Amino acid sequence: MSNSHGGHESSTELSPLSDPGLPPHVYRRADTEPAMAKKAERQVAILFGLSAISTIAFIASFVGIQKDVFIFIPLFGSTQAQQLALGFTLALSLFLIGAGAVHWAKTLMPDHEVIQERHELRSSDEDRQGVIEVFHEGAEAAGLGRRSLIKRTLLGSMGLVTLTPILFLRDMGPLPRKQLETTNWAAGRRLITDPGGIVLKAADLQVGAVAHVLPELPKGSEITLNDLVKDAVIVVRLRPEDLNLPADRKDWVHDGIIAFSKICSHMGCAVGLYEQQTHHLLCPCHQSTFDVETGAQVIFGPAARPLPQLAITVDSEGYLVAKQGFTEPVGPSFWERS
Amino acid sequence: MKKILRHRRHPIAHFLVLGIALLAIGFGYTLLSPSNAAVATNARSQAVEEGRQIFLKGCSSCHGLNAEGSTKAPTLLGVGAAAVDFQVGTGRMPMADAGVQAMRKKPVYNAEETAALAAYVASLSPGPAIPNAAQLNYERDGNIAQGGQLFRTNCAMCHNYAGQGGALTEGKYAPTLMGVEVKQMYEAMLTGPQSMPVFGDRALTPEQKLSIIKFLKGVDAEKGQGGFSLGKVGPVTEGLVGWVLGLGLLIGVAVWLGAKSK
Repeated sequence: MSNSHGGHESSTELSPLSDPGLPPHVYRRADTEPAMAKKAERQVAILFGLSAISTIAFIASFVGIQKDVFIFIPLFGSTQAQQLALGFTLALSLFLIGAGAVHWAKTLMPDHEVIQERHELRSSDEDRQGVIEVFHEGAEAAGLGRRSLIKRTLLGSMGLVTLTPILFLRDMGPLPRKQLETTNWAAGRRLITDPGGIVLKAADLQVGAVAHVLPELPKGSEITLNDLVKDAVIVVRLRPEDLNLPADRKDWVHDGIIAFSKICSHMGCAVGLYEQQTHHLLCPCHQSTFDVETGAQVIFGPAARPLPQLAITVDSEGYLVAKQGFTEPVGPSFWERS
Repeated sequence: MKKILRHRRHPIAHFLVLGIALLAIGFGYTLLSPSNAAVATNARSQAVEEGRQIFLKGCSSCHGLNAEGSTKAPTLLGVGAAAVDFQVGTGRMPMADAGVQAMRKKPVYNAEETAALAAYVASLSPGPAIPNAAQLNYERDGNIAQGGQLFRTNCAMCHNYAGQGGALTEGKYAPTLMGVEVKQMYEAMLTGPQSMPVFGDRALTPEQKLSIIKFLKGVDAEKGQGGFSLGKVGPVTEGLVGWVLGLGLLIGVAVWLGAKSK
């Protein structure tokens, strides 16, 4: 301890670092021994030669290997032989060209250390002064200072012309209007399976059953992809006594059959992963977990809102129908969402 | 004849005639009806009794003496023969330990015992029956393109887009569907074992179920057309290989580039 303390006291004075300069050049064996240089040359040539052979193998496998030949490689499984050969030989031939070039540069090309001098990139004071003078002379000759009418109209017209891109941007498509807040679900719309288009009755769903449904549209209109991303609904059935819904939603279910928007309130993935025993709905993208019993309240994950619930009931024929449309926008948050 | 007719008003006569008529119908039925029906009924009730014995020994400690369920296990009333055939036939039941999920393993009961158990549980309360071979002709009744579409909507979020299985919550998982028997896949959709929901015959019609099976069998038979499939689980293994092999190679090359030649 005392020793190191003493050493610390003696080195209080700081001296400026001096330029250490370049370390002495170390010659490679290929620089000094001709036999080694010859050997390095041969190595580079072998690398280039192997590359050429790989390219020929690439061509040969393209021509010679049938597309229906499959080979089994342990750990990786079965794969098409031609694709494997093409990829492997092409990778090898490109890699070997690079490897040969690097080996050439490292062993045979000159490797003397060279100092590159760097200078300030600033122009000389005379040049800078000259530019300013030219600019002033030009402005003087054009009369920018005197003819203020020209100056003002020029600035005005230039300002106005910047507005034109706004019109072009506006013209790129119709405004979304209320599309983000509305779906095809409305009172009386029947629930049809997707895909398949089977109209579901309450009796078609057992306890523990799940169905992915869309609204049945009036004859003549078809569901588009834009509709699909808003209208997709998941229906599950559990025992009525398992449900623990808020009071105002008690009559939104029919005998334990409950429906939610399938579009995640986080990023809009399809929330389709339903665990029958825990009654949890999971989004496969970010693992947001919604508890069906309490009306799809978020119990885990990044989603900020419960999934919107679709009020359902049955019509006189026993078909499941929507009681009303969604009472809130489905899917992720957006700018104007209230 | 007159002697008998004299007694036709006797109080016992009504009962006597009724008794003779009933006996005649009974004997007549046994004589005229196909005899194998009686044997089959007999065999079925025998299977039910056998199933009950197996159930009492192997299952009742969790599922209750009358399959009414307990805190440890659900009731088996109404699950049907198909559920028993799936759970016992894939070795998931009886469970090896009380984990979060019953794993697939070597079946504990042989086919005969499984059938007996299924018959017993089916006799308790009606439920989905075991599909027969004619119902499982997916090659004939399935549509592979429709199956793919149905699979992606209904199944892919748990079982992975190529049926390789995937993780659920709290240690549960959706098993791989590769190499699973057609009957077992069908029964699983029909009965919704464990975490899996039920897909009834309207939510997914029998043809749609067969289409899904045909799609999965197609995926199963598919060989790697271009490059390695890496387990077909998507970005996880692809990322692992990219980061470990790809970056490893790049780092190796960078070190080689930087090293001075001797």
